[in-house]
Amino acid sequence: MDSALFVHRLHFAFTITFHYLFPQLTMGLAPLIVVLKTLALRNQDDTYDQAARFWARIFGINFVFGVVTGIPMEFQFGTNWSHFSRFAGGVIGQTLAMEGMFAFFLESAFLGLFLYGEKRLSPRAHWWSAVAVFLGSWLSGFFIIATDAWMQHPVGYSHAPDGSVQLSSFWALVLNPWAWWQYAHNMSGAVITGTFVMASVGAFYLLSGKFVEFGRIFVRVGVVAGLIFSVLQLFPTGDGQGRMIAYHQPVTLAAMEALFAPEPGAPLVLIGQPNVDEKKIDNPLIIPSALSFLTYRAWKAEVQGLDAFPQDAWPSNVALLYYSYHIMVGLGTLFIVVMVMAAFLLWRGKLFDSHSMLWILLLALPFPYIANTAGWMTAEIGRQPWLVYQLMRTADGYSKTVSAGNGMFTLLGFMGMYTVLGILFLFLMRREIEHGPRDASPHEKPTPVEAAGS
Amino acid sequence: METLWFLIVAAMVTAYVVLDGFDLGAGVIYLGAGKTPAERQRIMRAIGPVWDGNEVWLLAAGGTLYFAFPRLYASSFSGFYLPLMMVLWLLMLRGIGIELRAHMDNPVWRGFFDVVFCASSILLCIFFGAALGNVVRGVPLGPDGYFFEPLWTNFRVNHGTSGINNGILDWYTVLTGVIALVTLTAHGSLYVAVKTEDGLNRRARSIAKWIWPLQLLLTVVGLIATVSIRPGVLDNYRQHALGFVIPLLVFGSLAVMMHGLLRQADKMAFLASAVYIIAMLGGAAFALYPVVLPASTDPARNLTIYNAAAGRHGLVVGLAWWVPGMILALGYFVFLFRMFKGKVRLGGEGY
Repeated sequence: MDSALFVHRLHFAFTITFHYLFPQLTMGLAPLIVVLKTLALRNQDDTYDQAARFWARIFGINFVFGVVTGIPMEFQFGTNWSHFSRFAGGVIGQTLAMEGMFAFFLESAFLGLFLYGEKRLSPRAHWWSAVAVFLGSWLSGFFIIATDAWMQHPVGYSHAPDGSVQLSSFWALVLNPWAWWQYAHNMSGAVITGTFVMASVGAFYLLSGKFVEFGRIFVRVGVVAGLIFSVLQLFPTGDGQGRMIAYHQPVTLAAMEALFAPEPGAPLVLIGQPNVDEKKIDNPLIIPSALSFLTYRAWKAEVQGLDAFPQDAWPSNVALLYYSYHIMVGLGTLFIVVMVMAAFLLWRGKLFDSHSMLWILLLALPFPYIANTAGWMTAEIGRQPWLVYQLMRTADGYSKTVSAGNGMFTLLGFMGMYTVLGILFLFLMRREIEHGPRDASPHEKPTPVEAAGS
Repeated sequence: METLWFLIVAAMVTAYVVLDGFDLGAGVIYLGAGKTPAERQRIMRAIGPVWDGNEVWLLAAGGTLYFAFPRLYASSFSGFYLPLMMVLWLLMLRGIGIELRAHMDNPVWRGFFDVVFCASSILLCIFFGAALGNVVRGVPLGPDGYFFEPLWTNFRVNHGTSGINNGILDWYTVLTGVIALVTLTAHGSLYVAVKTEDGLNRRARSIAKWIWPLQLLLTVVGLIATVSIRPGVLDNYRQHALGFVIPLLVFGSLAVMMHGLLRQADKMAFLASAVYIIAMLGGAAFALYPVVLPASTDPARNLTIYNAAAGRHGLVVGLAWWVPGMILALGYFVFLFRMFKGKVRLGGEGY
């Protein structure tokens, strides 16, 4: 592997993986904050308002980290992937610019209003500002997904004389079927992160006997929404996304399943290690014919194996792709199990006293992050060796003028910077959670210094 | 169509500089003007609700540039690789400085993040000015339309065959960096003056007053330097005499600024400073048009709005969403600034 290519790939992979830790929580929390604000407005209960303010503060911190780590993403299209930008900018420039024009302005303007304007707005107007933040963050998600979906499944373009591609149909780009399945699957995944985080914080409050009235709200909202979205994640969104891959990227599906020989009635591998050299799976645990059914709704349908494709069309890292995919699916299944159990206990009225279930909810916190990251790795490694599927190879897309040494310098810079950011983030989160949702939070109570000065 | 998008991108970049410029400038004078923690708190409070909305203009302008002129985006972003990455790090440090400061109880750490915020604001002003200087001076574009500039070489402005040796920093781009710093310092001081009362208000105004002669001097020096390194900048002005309105605006706004300062009409002076920035950037755009990135190697390699633009269909479609998007965005901003209008007070929610 060319070393400059490798550095540029790692550069993007590292920065985007770190970046997406923040938006998945903001996009996941936004609808939950609207739910809390709605409950507050309906019940005229200030507890829900305080709960909404608490999550808005968590949202605000995540939003800032999302913005500061997101700006490098837009820059890197030009800095590290300039040949790709020149090739595809005529198409994906549309969605990226629309994200800026529609989503960013909406989100940032109303977040300022939502966080700092509660005293100046009527309760209903404040509710609307929460809705606007929700819309902004979800619009932003759509434009990014539409961009990625075009790279996965290019539509609505034509070739220009200079070799680049140009937009020929705006609606084809925005209505790309791949984009809608991927969007549904991705946003549901983000909400799962939001619900697990909310339930986890709630479980922590209940277990430690602090802010118990809030702990109950968080666990209840987290578990109910978490159950709904864990199921939606599997069906219909995960199923629909999987069939998109089966129809449009059959080689990717074969690699995700590490299926080497074409098989009628292909099995679904639950566990096992792909052995790419010998083209088999070691230690397999399988469900016979299940893959054929899931893909084509017929038990005997033939699923193409990797052997059906030339090796230079295979995703460049079959084993990593296989693990990413299986970790995502395995965790997704566990999320359903956890949420069904928690929801059952909630329905029976026993959840708030069940220490073991609360412990499970508390400790589940990191896993939605892992599942979302593994899902994105599946999508991006699965598309390889293409940068734009069957139009441009990844090896042709990076900035030829930026040497491996310069790329490594900034990659190390980002690693250092993000380590500091990560520590600060955890520190801020711990601080907010310690202070808790009850009013007279650190922001509202003037510190001694301020009080003396004003 | 290409010309229209050139105007749109230029207008969005200008909007970014005018808006983020005042909070960058407030950061520059932050340590000097804010003598007590309470005064610093007030400066923070003045920019708190709007700074990240202002920064979004950079993203929106960048996105629009990418959409309308993908070749320019690809070429300039990879060519300015190192300084852009440093700008990113500075933007991060600054955002973190603002955000964390509000969460720190310990005065030691508050002091630390105060310095982070101030220093990153100063450096960003200089970097942005130097970036503009690079675009006006020209970059060593190769035959394939790409280039890579080291941070510095011999600090000379090179042209023709030696144009390949240009670095990001030379005497000219350092000069434009200093001009940007001075301009935005004045801009930020006037914003702080508008938003505050008493001692802080007086101090911010007197900073702007002290800096005014320097700003006038640097404007003149900058104009002379630009004409001397790139005589071609006058071509558009020679062909369209209307262009001479721009220098009139530049000096007129400087005069109004001083007038406003003397009469303690902070708002008038702040608006004059905004007009000054618009006129300076507009003058640069007018001088460059239709070139968007001049080559210091060979003028035939210049990137122009014609050879850098996206396909015609995409540009036409873009107008259909850009116009409503812009109207919405302006609506939010007018609303936001009205919500938080008036002098800042301490107490209540926020920074």
